[in-house]
Amino acid sequence: MTLLSRNRRRRIVNVVMLGMTAVFTAASVSVLFFVLGYLLLKGGRSLDLAFFTELPRPAGETGGGMANALVGSAKMLGIAAATGLPVGFLAGLYLSEFAGRRAAAVVRYAADLLNGMPSIVIGIFVYTLVVLPMKQFSTLAGGLALGIIMIPIMTRSTEEFLRAVPLPLREASLALGASRTITIIRVVVPAAARGIVTAAMLGLARVAGETAPLLFTSLSNAFWSAGVLNPTASLPVMIYNYAVSPYDDWHRQAWAAGLVLLTLVLVANVAARQLLGARRHA
Amino acid sequence: MRGGLRAAAARLRRGDGVAHAVAFAFGGAVVGLAGLLAWELWRNSALARTQFGLGFLVSQTWDPAAGQFGAAAFVYGTLMTSAIALLIAVPTGIGVAIFLAELAPRRLSSTAGMLLELLAAIPSVIYGLVGIAVLVPVMRQWVQPGLKTLTGGFPLFSGPAYGIGLLTAGVVLAVMIVPFIVSVGREVLLSVPRDQREAALALGSTRWESTWKVVLPYARPGLYGAVFLALGRALGETMAVTMVIGNRPEIAASLFAPAYSMAAVIANEFSEASEELYLHALIEVALVLFLLTMVINAVARGLIAATEGASRSR
Repeated sequence: MTLLSRNRRRRIVNVVMLGMTAVFTAASVSVLFFVLGYLLLKGGRSLDLAFFTELPRPAGETGGGMANALVGSAKMLGIAAATGLPVGFLAGLYLSEFAGRRAAAVVRYAADLLNGMPSIVIGIFVYTLVVLPMKQFSTLAGGLALGIIMIPIMTRSTEEFLRAVPLPLREASLALGASRTITIIRVVVPAAARGIVTAAMLGLARVAGETAPLLFTSLSNAFWSAGVLNPTASLPVMIYNYAVSPYDDWHRQAWAAGLVLLTLVLVANVAARQLLGARRHA
Repeated sequence: MRGGLRAAAARLRRGDGVAHAVAFAFGGAVVGLAGLLAWELWRNSALARTQFGLGFLVSQTWDPAAGQFGAAAFVYGTLMTSAIALLIAVPTGIGVAIFLAELAPRRLSSTAGMLLELLAAIPSVIYGLVGIAVLVPVMRQWVQPGLKTLTGGFPLFSGPAYGIGLLTAGVVLAVMIVPFIVSVGREVLLSVPRDQREAALALGSTRWESTWKVVLPYARPGLYGAVFLALGRALGETMAVTMVIGNRPEIAASLFAPAYSMAAVIANEFSEASEELYLHALIEVALVLFLLTMVINAVARGLIAATEGASRSR
């Protein structure tokens, strides 16, 4: 009798605990849909053509848009891609193809250290390195901050994807008389290209939403920003500034900007995963 | 080191030397960047470090006008919000990881895993936006009054319910770090050898017992690693916290009180810091954040590598 009731208790615990893990999963996933739905609702209502074509209006006035912030973000992402992608890629190439055990450990440690750094600390780094000497907040500084954040992401995933290229493929190329360099350029990198492009897209999507490192590198700007040596508006910083402002119309525009940013980030993420195919997140 | 140099020189003489040298330069650049980061933070916080010494971490006075800087309130805010976040996110995240690794069919597991990765991809500022609009009113009207009546004036849950404050920031952080715990936790659980589970089941244990008494203990270091990784994220998280924590540099007994975090004070005050000492004090806050996340992340990586390595070498 006691054995029976004990077994029953065990079965109940089993069902309850396993049920709870399912509930937790459902709850966590529903946060995604809630955030998405809420932004669609609030942002969708606020989004208009002016958002994409007009400059911000002065505080208190209604209307206007964030055209300058869209361009500013695009410019900084361009700089981030131009600096972060090649540096990260080549460092990853070094880790996977050239580095000895100890050198690899050092580079990997540095990349992981950078990867774990709060992005605001990177912002300060770029402030002391670029903004202070140039005595100017600028698109360039903001782009570099984003680029630095991309480097470790790119390094570690490039290494991972290059390592996954089977050894026989390399050996076949070497056996045909190709040098190591030719083997890397013509065989190894193309074999890993899909993964590396995915990593680049995910890295760009990640920095596209970064706000903290831009607060005191690119600052913001109510107008168009010429070239790369002037302060510039950006989508994430505008969302922050408008969200914490006391003006209703700015709140409305913050939602619109939030919807645009979230859409860009999630589309890039989904596209990147599609590109990589189902084989990795199995 | 010498041997490495000589080997590099030997390779340089062959045709592949150029490629090796270029790749080496960029590998070195990553190391240089990390070193330069540490150096810049160290160098540009010199004024505050020499003037306040270790008292910087103990003093609560943050008075830019008087040139007095102590970061204790920010350290407290960062640690408390992270602790609240872990308290909520660890059981949740590990629960989800168990569901995905042990229970869910493959299709469901990979779909849910992907959705949670998307959750991790949502920018911090968006969490802040939704936090202000949704979470703050909910906390003010329901959660905080509810906790107050429930605990009957316990100091942690007392004082006026503003909606913003430590607790709210902790909750937002919790939502943000769950995906990290899940994604690492799931990998760690999946790396536990199958025969461990089968042995437990064969001895008559239920599914839950095999998970709780066999799989989790086996994966424990890796799960701790997942938690530390999430902690590293929580400590440095800036925008969402800044938007809901209330930004008041005080240490109050209540979790409902507005507070401040290290990252938040940098975000709010850095571009207004006109005096050099003020600037150096803020950079010293960043230096503390740097050291903290460096240590936490190193521990996390060590733990994760230990578990996954142990299963792989079997």
